[in-house]
Order: sequence, then C-alpha cells, then structure tokens
Amino acid sequence: MAHPLLTVEDVTKTYDGFKAITKLNFYLFEGELRTVIGPNGAGKSTFFDLLTGRAHPDSGKIEYGTDPADSHDLTKMDEVAINRLGIGRKFQAPSVYVDHTVYENLVLSLRGSRGVFASLFLRLGSTETDRIDELLKLIRLDAKRDWKAGLLAHGEKQWLEIGMLLAQEPRVLLIDEPAAGMTDEETHRTGELLLSLAGKHSLVVVEHDMAFVRQIAQNGKVTVLHQGSVLCEGKFDDVQADPRVREVYLGRGKHGNR
Amino acid sequence: MTKPSSPMPAAPAPPSDTVAGIVFFGAFALLVMPMLDAFGTIDHFTLNLWGKYLCYALLALSVDMLWGGTGLLSLGQALFFTLGGYMHGMYLMRMIGDQGQYHKPIPDFLVFLGWTDLPSFWRPFEHFSFAMLMVFLLPGALAFVFGWLAFRSRIKGVYFSILTQALTYAGALIFFRNNTLMGGNNGFTDFKSELGFPLADPATQRGLFVVTAAVLLLTVIGLHWLRGTKFGLVQRAIRDGENRTLFSGYATPTFKLFLFVAAAMIAAIGGALYVPQVGIINPSDMTPDKSLEAIVWVAVGGRGTLAGPILGAVAVNLLKSYATRAFPDLWLILLGGLFLLVVLFLPGGLISLPDKLRPLWAKLRRSPAPTA
Repeated sequence: MAHPLLTVEDVTKTYDGFKAITKLNFYLFEGELRTVIGPNGAGKSTFFDLLTGRAHPDSGKIEYGTDPADSHDLTKMDEVAINRLGIGRKFQAPSVYVDHTVYENLVLSLRGSRGVFASLFLRLGSTETDRIDELLKLIRLDAKRDWKAGLLAHGEKQWLEIGMLLAQEPRVLLIDEPAAGMTDEETHRTGELLLSLAGKHSLVVVEHDMAFVRQIAQNGKVTVLHQGSVLCEGKFDDVQADPRVREVYLGRGKHGNR
Repeated sequence: MTKPSSPMPAAPAPPSDTVAGIVFFGAFALLVMPMLDAFGTIDHFTLNLWGKYLCYALLALSVDMLWGGTGLLSLGQALFFTLGGYMHGMYLMRMIGDQGQYHKPIPDFLVFLGWTDLPSFWRPFEHFSFAMLMVFLLPGALAFVFGWLAFRSRIKGVYFSILTQALTYAGALIFFRNNTLMGGNNGFTDFKSELGFPLADPATQRGLFVVTAAVLLLTVIGLHWLRGTKFGLVQRAIRDGENRTLFSGYATPTFKLFLFVAAAMIAAIGGALYVPQVGIINPSDMTPDKSLEAIVWVAVGGRGTLAGPILGAVAVNLLKSYATRAFPDLWLILLGGLFLLVVLFLPGGLISLPDKLRPLWAKLRRSPAPTA
C-alpha cells in the first residue's frame, strides 16, 4: 500500500488544560477527497490549525510527503513555510481581501515568488493573466472581476476564496465549511467543483451540511471527530449507520432529521 | 487577445488624478513659491514656515504609509524624524567652527561640560556626506532592530503602538541627558552655515525650500509607484487580512519590516531638512506628543491616501501657527477638538470633503433652476 501524503499519529494538543485534540491518528492519501465531520468542539478547527502551523502539537507526529525518507515534519514549521510546501487552507469565515478587487485577490494568490523584492518588480505575463481568466470563469466571477471583494455576496466570497486557494496550485487543500451561507444550488455546484479537484489535488473538507457531505463523500471516506480524536472512519452510509456516530452527532440536533 | 505583459492592476485612486496632483504640487512648490519669495511678493518668514510644513509633510507620509497603508499605527515616528535631524545637526554644529560663544573649536555645550577635545564619535560628522549617510543609517538601523524584534514576535495592534511610544519616550530620555554628549535638553542650535552657504542668507533658505519640495515630490512619486506594484497589493492585504496573507505564503513580518525601515528613513530625511530651516533641534521633538500630533495631521488630512497626509500636515500647522499666536492657551483644545470632529463627522479626512460636498452642491444647483 502507498505511503500516505499526510501522516498524523498520536497527536495531542492541550489549551489551558482542555484537551482539544487527543491521540489523533489521521492518514490522507494522494488524490483523496476526505470529508471530516463532527459536532461543535470536536476539534476540527484545531486539527486544521495543527496541519497549517498556526498551532503546534504537544506531542505526536505530523509528517508530509509520500516518501518516508524525504518527508517534512510539520510540527516545527510556521504557516508560511507550510503553505510554501503546497498546503493551502480555506477558512470557515470567508477570508478575502475586502478592499482589493476580485482580480487583485487572485493576483495575490497566484503561485509564484513571495519575496519582498520580487513583489516590487513583478509584472504579470500572459501565462499568469490567462490562468486568472481561467479561474475567474471557474468560480463564475468573470463579470465581477473589477468589483471590490467586500461587495460580493457571502456565497461569492466563498467561491473567491476557493479560487484563491486554487491559484496557489497546492497539493493539499484544507477546506473549512465551504458551503456555509450558500444557497442549495450554489452548495451543489461547490460539491461538483470539489469532486472535480480530487485526484489532481488531495482534499480535506470539514462540513456540517449532511446533504453536502453525502454529495462529496460519494467515492471517498468520511472521518468523524469526537472529543479530539477519531470516532470512526469509512463510507458515508456505514458512518451514518454507526450507532456511536448517531449518538454523538447524527442522532441529535438539526442535522439528524435531514 | 491577451497582451504579452500587462502592468499590475491600478492603485485605488484614479492614477490620472494623482499624476495631475503631483505635477500641480511640483510646479507650485518648486517654482511658484520660491519665485514669489525671490521677487518679494511673500516674505522670507512665510517661505521658511512653508519649508517647515513640507518637512512635517514627510513625517506625515511616513506615519501614513504604516497606518493607512499597512494598518500599523506607530506612535513613535517623530523619533526617527528627530534622529535624522540630530544626524544633520551634528554636521551643522561642526560647521560653526570657533564662532561659538566660547570661541573654541568644539561645540559650546561640550566646552560647558568641561571637554577640551572633540569626542571621537563626533569626528566624522565634519564631512557632509558622512552626516547624510547617517541621516539614513542610524534611524534605519534602529527601525530594523526594533521592527525585527517586534514583528518576529508577532506584536500587533495596540501592543505595537504602545511599544513604539515607549521607544520614542526612551529616546527622548537618553537625549535629555548631558552625558549623551548631544547637547542635553538644549539640543543643537546657533547654526551658521551649510556647505559654506550662510544659513542667515534668504537665498540659502530658498535653496533649502526647493530641496525640501523636491525630496517631498520624489517621496510622493516613489510611494505612488509602490502602491501600483504587487508589493502595494501585499501591503494592503496585510492591513485588511494578515491571516489570509500569512496562509497564502507571504512572510508578513518581512514585508512589515521593510516598510517600517523605509518609513523611518522618510521621517529621518524630513527631520534632516527641518533642522537647517528651523535652526534648532532638541529632545522635546521626540517626546510622544510630537508623534501623536503627526497622527492628528494624517487623520485630519485623510489616511490611506498620498495627498491627505500632506494636506493634513500643512493645514493643521497653518492653523497652529495662527492659533498659537492668537489664543495660545486654547491651541491643544483646538487640536483635540479637530481630531474628534474629523473622527466623528469626516472619517475620510479633508481630502474626502469634495466627494461629500458634491451631492450637496448638485442639490443646491438643481433647486433654483429645475429646468436647467
């Protein structure tokens, strides 16, 4: 069996005595689309923080790379270094540059040099402008390219941020609640987009909306987080049928009757 | 269809407006004002006063490239301004030669402190070029060390502001000491000449005014260019969403450090030009209230723009020159009131006034003659 792209083993993270993540094991394989669900406080955001260098684990290992001899230890790296390895993150609250135009948001996200002096003298070539045009069509914001991002609707901001993530051409995409604030139609389209990315990229998607999870998890695995560790993992139908999952998550609250 | 190479997306302000503004200002400050002075239409005192305002405008630009441009509110920019002034002042002190009160070859305050020889760190300052180099190097190095420590430790927001204020206060305390050998609380004054030109000669002052206007103009052009580059985009991205910028692979501490050092140097050149025109520099120029005053100029003029800080620095100081003579006791209350008024009723500053007035004006024009 292939070596995973992301290896998370025995990871624990404590905040002021509160165990946000407890002995977490998680393996993501190249090209996979993994959906992560779990009730509020299950540790989903902390999990992303640990993967992206915003927080560092108390113990355990987080490694990146399919070759065990040449993998990167993410526990020692910061956000910038991890992003440059090819791990991109989309935040839960859409985080775009509100005072920049849609086009400028993508310029800033485009893969390429990130240095101070390089940015002083950068000029966009046709490869870059073509790439931006392509992304604008993909996220359906072509007509609003000169709009300030702050003027976009909530769902459009979500799409823009996904576009910004894709502009970085990352190997791994960590996506936190992409469908929040979207209409049903937009949600469905987002799902199709994510499914089309799988294979070329590896994705981890955190989501609450069960209809959406059912859509994107049709081929892949679902991981259920509960109290900072993995409760169970498997196909959507199996996970949904698992009595433990029903108890902690599906069996109560508004998601249960979907 | 696609051009082989296209410039970066334009800066927020319409570029034609900015270019027109730069040309107009350049012609006014570089030609009209000095000519009016030479022909005696305005007196030398007025030109000299405006020279001081233009130095303050450089300080205001330094404040705003951090505050309006990057979201970093530095409450210590006057420190760099004053340090630049001191570096140039050391050269001017050496140019006094033995024409001081004590007629000794070293500055008077050193004679007063019992020195007979020049302290070694003073020696290179008799060279103009060395002094000019230090105008940039010393404030730049201080900004680099402070910025490196602060940004690496991710000090942000109000904590950054407080630390910069503490820094300028510490600077003032150090320069107030006689043992610093920088003139103590009297600082430097009684300058005689610059590069052989007597400072008392109106022609020298006119030359200094032109140099100040030219430096300001070059700074504005440089900052305008910066706004149009990808660096400018990153700078505003840090202001509006530093997290997103970090998670997009930009080492924001490095960008902020670059800006902080550049801003310190712009303030320093302003201070260096201020000293020969005003004729005195002392540690009270780096007390925290001086930096706060510069914040008010920027707020009143309009932050996040290029013209706003210049307008604010000139307008508030024009008012100050008048008010401190007409009703000296009320000046600080006026300044505070002005700040409050702008924050409450004109958040965009004076520069946004035309846009605010335009609808009113249109309404006024329409009502008397609706058929027009």
